Amino acid sequence: MTQDEINEMLKAKEPNTVVNDEKPVKKSGFKSWYEGENDILYSNLKMKRAYEDHIKKEPTLKEHEIEVAKVRYDVFDVRKNTELKAFNWVYKVSAVLFCVALALALVFTVSYLPPVGDPGTPANSSIVEQRYIENGLTETGAVNIVSGIILTYRAFDTFGETNVLFIATCCVMCMLLIDEKILKAHKDTDSKYETKRDDILMMTAKVLCPIIFIFGIYVILNGQLSPGGGFSGGAIMGAGMILFVSAFGFTKTQRFFDETVYKIAKITALCMYGLIGSYFYLTGANGINNHIPLGIPGHILSGGIILPIDIAVGIEVACTMYAFYALFRRGGL
Amino acid sequence: MGFVRNFPAISILICMFAAIISSGLPRKAARLLNTLVILAVFGLSLTTFIGCLQLGEPVVYVMGIFPAPWGNEIRFGVLESGMALFFSIIMLLSIWGGRHKMKDEVARDKEFLYYVFINLLFSSLLALVYTNDLFTAYVFVEINTISACGLIVIRENGRTIEAGVRYMIMSLLGSGLLLLGIMMTYDITGHLLMSNIKEAVGGIVSSGESLVPLVVTIALLTTGLCIKSALFPFHSWLPDAYGYSTVSSAAILSSLVSKGYIFLLIKIFYRVIGFDTVKSSRLLNVLFVFGLIAMISGSVSAIRENDIRRMIAFSSIAQIGYIYMGFGMGTRAGMVASIFHILSHAATKSMLFISAIGLTDVSHGSRHFIDLTGSAHRNKIAGIGFLTGSLSMVGIPLFSGFISKLQFMDAAVSLTYAKMLPALIVLGISTILNAIYFMKTVLRIYMPIEKLGANRAQADVVTNTVATPQRMGINGVVIEKERITLREEKLYGFVIHLFVILNIALGVCSNTILDWIRAGIDMFS
Repeated sequence: MTQDEINEMLKAKEPNTVVNDEKPVKKSGFKSWYEGENDILYSNLKMKRAYEDHIKKEPTLKEHEIEVAKVRYDVFDVRKNTELKAFNWVYKVSAVLFCVALALALVFTVSYLPPVGDPGTPANSSIVEQRYIENGLTETGAVNIVSGIILTYRAFDTFGETNVLFIATCCVMCMLLIDEKILKAHKDTDSKYETKRDDILMMTAKVLCPIIFIFGIYVILNGQLSPGGGFSGGAIMGAGMILFVSAFGFTKTQRFFDETVYKIAKITALCMYGLIGSYFYLTGANGINNHIPLGIPGHILSGGIILPIDIAVGIEVACTMYAFYALFRRGGL
Repeated sequence: MGFVRNFPAISILICMFAAIISSGLPRKAARLLNTLVILAVFGLSLTTFIGCLQLGEPVVYVMGIFPAPWGNEIRFGVLESGMALFFSIIMLLSIWGGRHKMKDEVARDKEFLYYVFINLLFSSLLALVYTNDLFTAYVFVEINTISACGLIVIRENGRTIEAGVRYMIMSLLGSGLLLLGIMMTYDITGHLLMSNIKEAVGGIVSSGESLVPLVVTIALLTTGLCIKSALFPFHSWLPDAYGYSTVSSAAILSSLVSKGYIFLLIKIFYRVIGFDTVKSSRLLNVLFVFGLIAMISGSVSAIRENDIRRMIAFSSIAQIGYIYMGFGMGTRAGMVASIFHILSHAATKSMLFISAIGLTDVSHGSRHFIDLTGSAHRNKIAGIGFLTGSLSMVGIPLFSGFISKLQFMDAAVSLTYAKMLPALIVLGISTILNAIYFMKTVLRIYMPIEKLGANRAQADVVTNTVATPQRMGINGVVIEKERITLREEKLYGFVIHLFVILNIALGVCSNTILDWIRAGIDMFS
C-alpha cells in the first residue's frame, strides 16, 4: 500500500461535511459587513468562520507507521502465520525424528533376524515350502511353481489381489471420470495443445504394437510353463495399448475399445475368475472331485485352473493399466 | 453343521461377485443388488451363528483342495459368525438410513460406484472376520482401505477430497507397518497361517531366541492396526473423514471399518501371538495409557466442537479409547467388555450419525448448534434417535452403553491398584464429559419452539458469518425443508426405529450376549 492511499484512507475517516446549526439571524447590512459575514461587493456571499473541523490534521510519522502495521497485520494475518510457521517447524523436526527412530529400531531388529540364505532358518525350512517344491508339479500341473502357488494353492488371496486392482480403478473413476457428452462438448481441453499425428511415434507404434500384444499374449498363455502369467502379461498388453493410444489418439482407439467394451471385458474377466475360483474352493472344501484336468506338465493346455485364471487376470490387468492412463489423461475411456 | 460350513465362504464370495457385477449395472439395479446381497449375508450369517452355537466348537474350512498351511483357510466360531451377523445388520441399516440423502450427496451417474465400494468393503470386512491366514488378512485390509477412501471421496467436494487424502496417507502408513510386521513374523516363524504361527511363537518364547524381533513384530502389527482404527495419537484424520463424507459412509466408517481392524487385532492377540505373550511384552500397558488419554482428549475436543457431525466423530475417538483401554487391562473380563463395547458403539454411533442428518435436514442444512435449536420438534423421529443414542453413549441403564461401562468398571475392579485407579477415575471423568456434550446437544435440539423467535435473529446473524459449505446440495441447489414428518421419510423412520430397538435389545439382553462373547473367546484360541 502506498503512502498516498493510506493518507486517503485516513482522510476518508475525517468528517468532511460540516452541518451549520446556526439559525440565520436577520442582521442589518452594516452589522453583518462589520462582523465579516457579508460583503457589499459580493452582496449575498456568506463568509464562514474557520471551524476547527476544517483544519486537516496531517498524520504524524508515528501514527502513520502504526496504521501501516495494523493494515499489514490484518491483511497478512500475521498471528496465524507465525503459529503456522512454528507448527511447520515442529512438524518437520518431529517427522524427521520419528522416521530416524523408526529406521533405527528396524535396523536394530534386523540384526536379530535369522540370516538371509541360511537353509536352517524357519522361513527356509518350514513344511510349507517343502510341499510346494516337491509336490508342486504333480499337484498343480504347473512347471512354473510360482504360478502354481499363487493361482492354485493360494487362489483366494490372488482373487483378493485382483479385486484390489478393480477397486483401485473404481476409485480413480470416482474421482476423474467425466461424462462422455460433456467431454465431447468441451473440446478446449489441454489435449488440444498436444502434438498430433507424430510421424516417428506413429511409425514406431505401427511396428511395435503388434509385437507387444503378441508378447503379452504369449506371457499370459505361458504362465504355467515359464516366468510370467496374468499380472505381467496383462501389464505388457496394457503398455501396448497406452503406446497405441498415445500414437493414434483416443478417437481411433475408441473404435475398438470404449467404455462399453471396457466394462464388458472387465466384468467378464473378473466373473470368470470368480466362478472358476468358487467352483474350485467349494468342491475342494466339500471333498467333491472337481473335474478340472491337470493336463500333461509342459504342454500349453495344462495346469488345471491356472490357464483360464491367467487369461482372466491378464484381461483385468490390461484394462486397469489402460483405464488409469485414459482417466488421468482425458477423464474418460 | 453339514452344508452350513460353506456359508461364510459363500457370503464373502457373493459380496465380491455383487461388487463386480454392479460396476456394470445402472443405479437402481446396483442399489437393489446391494440390498439383496446384504440381506443374503444376514441370512447366511444367522444360520452359521446358530450352527456354531449348537456345535460348540470352532470350524475349520479349507478354501480349495489343499489343506491349511499350503492353501487358504477360514476358521469360525460363535464370535466370528456373530460379528458377521452384527456387521450385516449395521451395514443394512446404515445404507437405508442414508438413502434419502444419496441424491444430494452423490452424483447420479456415479452412484453405482458407491455400491461397488460398499459391496467390496463388506466382503473385506467378512474376510477379516473369518480368515485364519495373516496374508489373506493383509490382502483384504488393502481392499478395505481403498474402498473406504472411495466412500469418502465420492461426495466430491473440497473438504471430502482433502479428508480422503489424509485418510489414505494415514491408512497406508498403517498398512505398511502391518505388512512389515507380517514379513517379520514370517521371517522368524516361517508360517502365515495363524495357528502355525502361534505354535512357532510358543517355541520362540520358551527357547528365548529371537525375542527382540518378536516384540518388534507385535509392536508393528499393533501400531499398524491402531493407526487404521484411530487410536489417540493417530486420530487426526478421523473428524474430517467422518464429518464431511456422506451419511451412510460416515456411519459405516465409524461403526464397521474401524471395528473390522480392531477385530483383526483381537484375532492377532489371541490366535497369532497368544494373549499371554502379548501381555508379557508389556505392550498392553502402552495401549492402556493411550486408551485413557483418548477417552479424555476425544471428549474434550467434542465439547469444544461447534459442528454436530464433527462432534459425533470426536466422540468416536473417545469410544475407541474405551476399547483399547479394555485391551490394555490384559484380562479376559477386559476383553469381553471391549468386545461388547465394539457392538454397543457400532450400534450407537451409526444411529447418531443417521439421526444427526435428520436434524440438519430441517435446519436449512446447517450443522452448527445454533441452527439446530428446536430441530427435534421439526423432525421428531430423528430427535428420538439422537436422544436414544445420547443416552446410550452417556451410559444410562436400559441402553447398551450402560452395560459396556458396567463391564469396564467390573473388569477394572479386579486389576492391581496401579491400573485400577486410573481406569476407574478416567471412566468417571469421561462419563461426565460425555454427559456434558451429549446433554448440551439434546437440550438444544429439544428447546421449545416458542422461544425460538427471540433467538432467530441472532441465529441468522451467526449463520451468515460462518461459512457453511454443506448448505448446498451437489448441484448447488439449496436444500430447504422446514419440517419432516414420519410419513414423508418412511424408510428413514423405520431405520431409526430398528436402531432404537437394537440398542435397547443390546442393553436388555446383555447377559445372553455376554455369554456368547465369552463362549466365542474360548473358541477363539
